[in-house]
Amino acid sequence: MIQINITKPLHTADGTIDLIVNKEIQNGDFLTLFGKSGSGKTTLLRIIAGLETPQSGKIIVDDEVWFDSEKKVNLPPQKRGVGFVFQDYALFPNMSVRQNLEYALKDKKDTKKVDEILEIMEIENLSKMKPEHLSGGQKQRVAVARSLMSSPKMLLLDEPLSALDSAMRLKLQDELHSIHQRFNITSILVSHDISEVFRLSNRVFKIALGQITDDGSPSEVFSNQNISGKFKVVGEVLSIQKSDILYIVEILAHNEIIKVTAVKSDIEALNIGDKILLSSKAFNPILTKI
Amino acid sequence: MDESFIQTMLLTFKLAGVTTVILLCIGIPLGYFLSQTKSKFKPIAETIVSMPLVLPPSVLGFYLLLAFSPKNGFGAWLDETFSLRLVFSFEGLVVASVIFSLPFMVHPIQSGFSALSKSLSEASYILGKGKLQTLYSVLLPNMKPSILTGIVITFAHTVGEFGVVLMIGGNKAGETKVASIAIYDEVEALNYGLANQYAFTLFAISFAILLFVYMINKSMVKSEFR
Repeated sequence: MIQINITKPLHTADGTIDLIVNKEIQNGDFLTLFGKSGSGKTTLLRIIAGLETPQSGKIIVDDEVWFDSEKKVNLPPQKRGVGFVFQDYALFPNMSVRQNLEYALKDKKDTKKVDEILEIMEIENLSKMKPEHLSGGQKQRVAVARSLMSSPKMLLLDEPLSALDSAMRLKLQDELHSIHQRFNITSILVSHDISEVFRLSNRVFKIALGQITDDGSPSEVFSNQNISGKFKVVGEVLSIQKSDILYIVEILAHNEIIKVTAVKSDIEALNIGDKILLSSKAFNPILTKI
Repeated sequence: MDESFIQTMLLTFKLAGVTTVILLCIGIPLGYFLSQTKSKFKPIAETIVSMPLVLPPSVLGFYLLLAFSPKNGFGAWLDETFSLRLVFSFEGLVVASVIFSLPFMVHPIQSGFSALSKSLSEASYILGKGKLQTLYSVLLPNMKPSILTGIVITFAHTVGEFGVVLMIGGNKAGETKVASIAIYDEVEALNYGLANQYAFTLFAISFAILLFVYMINKSMVKSEFR
């Protein structure tokens, strides 16, 4: 379990705000930090990794103190044993894919581990290539592979998919999901993409101006925002859930979630991630003053 | 080619070579420090490093001459403790050249460090590696063009240095008489043929060195970003 109770002043474009976090994260969770840029989500991730130091507070992971401002404890990133995937991947340009992975080994002789991870990530064929010759999706895979080399207890992902096109994103989202399942590794993802949140995480912190404003499952955090309704919208299928004899399809349209009931024949051709047109012929507009 | 010409040229290259090696050892830690530090003294440190760019060489030479003189405190201390006389000696020339060429080594290395993405060193730290290993395995190998530029420019600049050498080294054949001094000397003696020999050699070497830097950097930059 990760207990975080920290504060840190952030200097943003809107002036100085305080990042205040007091939460617990369960082992095995896939947590997404969701918010606009400048809200403090990346800073929180970097604080957990030890790349930034909070002004005050505590971070305790499985009874091990990583940070305690009162007792002057601040474990350096080298000793925290986390995996971190950077937004720009941070692959070492002077090393081949294989050397990048080997660099991360604790025991230099453990080359089996390298082969194993190369195989799991399906990048054996890239092992001799230098990062400069890789595509964005390949770089991302190598970065994830490298972060898994030390068998970390926690995987921290800083918008790792933001530079990829949507087809590649979907594929890599699936891979991140299966890695999370396979290694049962506590994962924390920074994202501002609602569909990504739904596909990957079981818990979301919605962060605005340094404060966690919402905390819950993706459906809890996003679905109660508005009442659906209105003629024609293009959206993306986020999830399909069976509910008695009906199905509930969650659709992302214009960054808002709409829940729609559907029957079996409606959903047969639908897959998560599909683009759909949602339309309504007759409806009761509901007016709500805001 | 007469013997004194060869002796002078060899001395010139020896001075440049020794200076470059010493500056490389100073330049890497200093450039790393300047690129990383957020200290409020950074502007002062940068100013000191850059001073030789704008100071007339004679100013620096004059003060070094005073400092190294065995009649003054520091020079006397050197003389007594290490029996080292830096005035009008090869060692003195090396010290003066190191100070005078400092920015030519530190600037390219500092900007090389600054140009590297911060996430490279952070990734290395997270993978459990310390600062020193990160420096040698990750940072330095990815800034070879900057290091090479620093080495070559420092070497070339030391070969071409005149004012400081004249002030502090004088003109002792085989000890402190380098090519740039020799040109001045030969012209004074109206020995234009020999002066031309020195001058043309320096011209050709400088041209070749700079051409080499630009060609190497072009191909390195290409291979890294293609």
